[in-house]
Amino acid sequence: MDGSTRGPAEVSPVKRTDDTELSDERDPLVDAVDADADTDVDPDERAITGRACEEPVATDGGTAASEFDAVADASLTDTERRRQWVEESLLAPARIVWDDWRARTGLVIVSLYLLMGTVGPLVVAKPSTNQGPLLVGAFRSLSYPLGTTLSGTSILSQIVHATPSMLIMIASGAVFTVVLGTTLGTLAGYKGGRIDSALMTVSDVMMTIPGLPLTIVLAAALQIEGNPAVIGVLITVNAWAGLARAIRSQVLTLRDAEYVEASRIMGMDTSTIVVGDIVPNLMPYITMNFVQQARAVIFGSVGLYFLGVLPYNNVNWGVMMNAAVNRAGATSSVAAFHWLLLPMVTIIVLGLGLTLLAQGADRIFNPRVRARHAETVGGGDGEDDSTATTGGL
Amino acid sequence: MSYILKRLGRSALTVFVVVSASFGLVRLLPGGPLDYLRAQMIQQGGGDLSAAEINRRIAAQTNIAVDEPVYVQYVDYMTSIVQGDFGRSIWYEEPVASVIGPAIPWTVFLTASALFLTFTVGVSLGAFMAYKEGSTFDVTSTGVGLVLNSTPSYVVALLLIAFLGYQFQLFPTGGRYASELTPGLNVPFLASVLYHGMLPILSMAVVGFGGWALSMRGNSIRVLGEDYLRVARLRGLPTRRIAIRYVARNAILPMYTGLMIAIGTVFGGAVIIENIFAYPGVGFYLIQAINARDYPLMMGGFILITVAMVVGITIADLTYGWLDPRASGGESREAY
Repeated sequence: MDGSTRGPAEVSPVKRTDDTELSDERDPLVDAVDADADTDVDPDERAITGRACEEPVATDGGTAASEFDAVADASLTDTERRRQWVEESLLAPARIVWDDWRARTGLVIVSLYLLMGTVGPLVVAKPSTNQGPLLVGAFRSLSYPLGTTLSGTSILSQIVHATPSMLIMIASGAVFTVVLGTTLGTLAGYKGGRIDSALMTVSDVMMTIPGLPLTIVLAAALQIEGNPAVIGVLITVNAWAGLARAIRSQVLTLRDAEYVEASRIMGMDTSTIVVGDIVPNLMPYITMNFVQQARAVIFGSVGLYFLGVLPYNNVNWGVMMNAAVNRAGATSSVAAFHWLLLPMVTIIVLGLGLTLLAQGADRIFNPRVRARHAETVGGGDGEDDSTATTGGL
Repeated sequence: MSYILKRLGRSALTVFVVVSASFGLVRLLPGGPLDYLRAQMIQQGGGDLSAAEINRRIAAQTNIAVDEPVYVQYVDYMTSIVQGDFGRSIWYEEPVASVIGPAIPWTVFLTASALFLTFTVGVSLGAFMAYKEGSTFDVTSTGVGLVLNSTPSYVVALLLIAFLGYQFQLFPTGGRYASELTPGLNVPFLASVLYHGMLPILSMAVVGFGGWALSMRGNSIRVLGEDYLRVARLRGLPTRRIAIRYVARNAILPMYTGLMIAIGTVFGGAVIIENIFAYPGVGFYLIQAINARDYPLMMGGFILITVAMVVGITIADLTYGWLDPRASGGESREAY
């Protein structure tokens, strides 16, 4: 003990607890020592050795009997922990999205399209022929803000009423690809061995089949109906293969990480390890791919509708383009060009929104960017984010 | 060596699967192509044709002898495909191979030029953007790249054909070369081929290089932050060597898988582009076949597009194994 060299005022509470193991009240031997000390040592000296004058045992609160029971000064209550979780997993991402103009623009654009798909059809009149004069240009009249087609249909109402089925198509295609690709990719990458080579052979074969021609041939041979959900799956019929391959190679780098190995040694079953240890690490990649697949579905479906090789039972951006080119010769006639241009602008803007959102998703999960924003949250575990220091180079 | 063999085997398997699937699609689907052909022939013959005669004609067109058992039909179909016999086109009344065969080089010409153009331009631009990170050039190019990356190739094609083709009459709006020229290795012909291919290639290339540039930029910035690059700098290696050997190599490698997927996208996109520019490549015939319900031509076109793509991807994959030695080894991981 260095107690003898210190003045009484400098004795810290921590030092006092050092002595508590000697002064357990329930220990008769210690009681004896205490009693001994009471007689021999004067009050000042006793203070130096860490004992209070009045009470035989002096700990922080007087309750902890051993140093294993001592609790850190800054303990977290459940509420605080919950608040920190909210800050780290909800507020920080939201702040990242909102701070980054790209992610913000993407979010706004995609929300507008979602609004157009849900509320739009209720507000805008259903498209029908002879709604107005034929081939009115865009921005010429208030009743047909985007002009009319060769048969007098309002282009605005066509575009708006095409949105719901497009959104269904996009969602079904993207969900199909991401779920199948992630499942097979993680399984192949984590399991390895025969399962890996079997799954990868299948996905290699699927990957080398050109997607759009395959869709065209399937649509022609299967005589499917124009259900948008089915079309969405059909468009991305082999896109899962590329994703599965990419996910697999990411899993290969994760499968030998220490924490995964630890889970394995602890005897956790494969599904728990995959869901708990591996997939969370892939989330950025998966989210990004979801958005990119959504974009691919739009581009592919509109392209094929434009060629007139997919069945449809509702008006559609691609069908509009097809009609504009084939019925009005929109590529060569100035009068009908807006009919072709407006659906194209619709697609590009949505595509841009999704691209920006994909980049935003990348930033949310990027530890460097996260770190920068977690610091502004305050009170978080700063140690986790030390990678930020390498961000400068 | 065994890697190469394995890779080639996989490519052969792909072709085999696609051809088998095409047999399945044509033959086995109820109400599918075969039933349609039969109905059409009965209609055309006005009831004069006997069942045997119809079967004989179907066999001539699709390589499928309907009255044989399925496995015999399958073997016959596969053998004739291997021999290069894809059946007879209903629309052109010619063998499918002689309709589509001459179209293949044109499609390959379009797609390969577009891929080469996007990849080289995109990669160089992306690397440059990464070195100038944060500058006006970087910000502008990122913006332009984003917009281009969000544009489908057919939109660019339609805009190009509307403005440069019809409006300003600068480029032809269809065909592979001027019809009065004789094909061969002469300058006017090659110039005409380039002239006619310019807009299709451009429309596929323009939308592509934005994406390449952005991912190259991201990869380069990531590599620039790696420890081994710091070491290389501390060793005092010349900047040029660092840029090419360390940054470029390691930034391009992860994009190689993307290149393989891009081959697929470009081949798929070419189907739409060829139709917009009325460019008689494989995709052009594929769509014609579908509109005319010419099933032998459709399946032939699909098989040939797949074969072309498989060849392209195999080449890309083999060069990847050569660029990155890790790819060709390492199948000896422990299985869990």
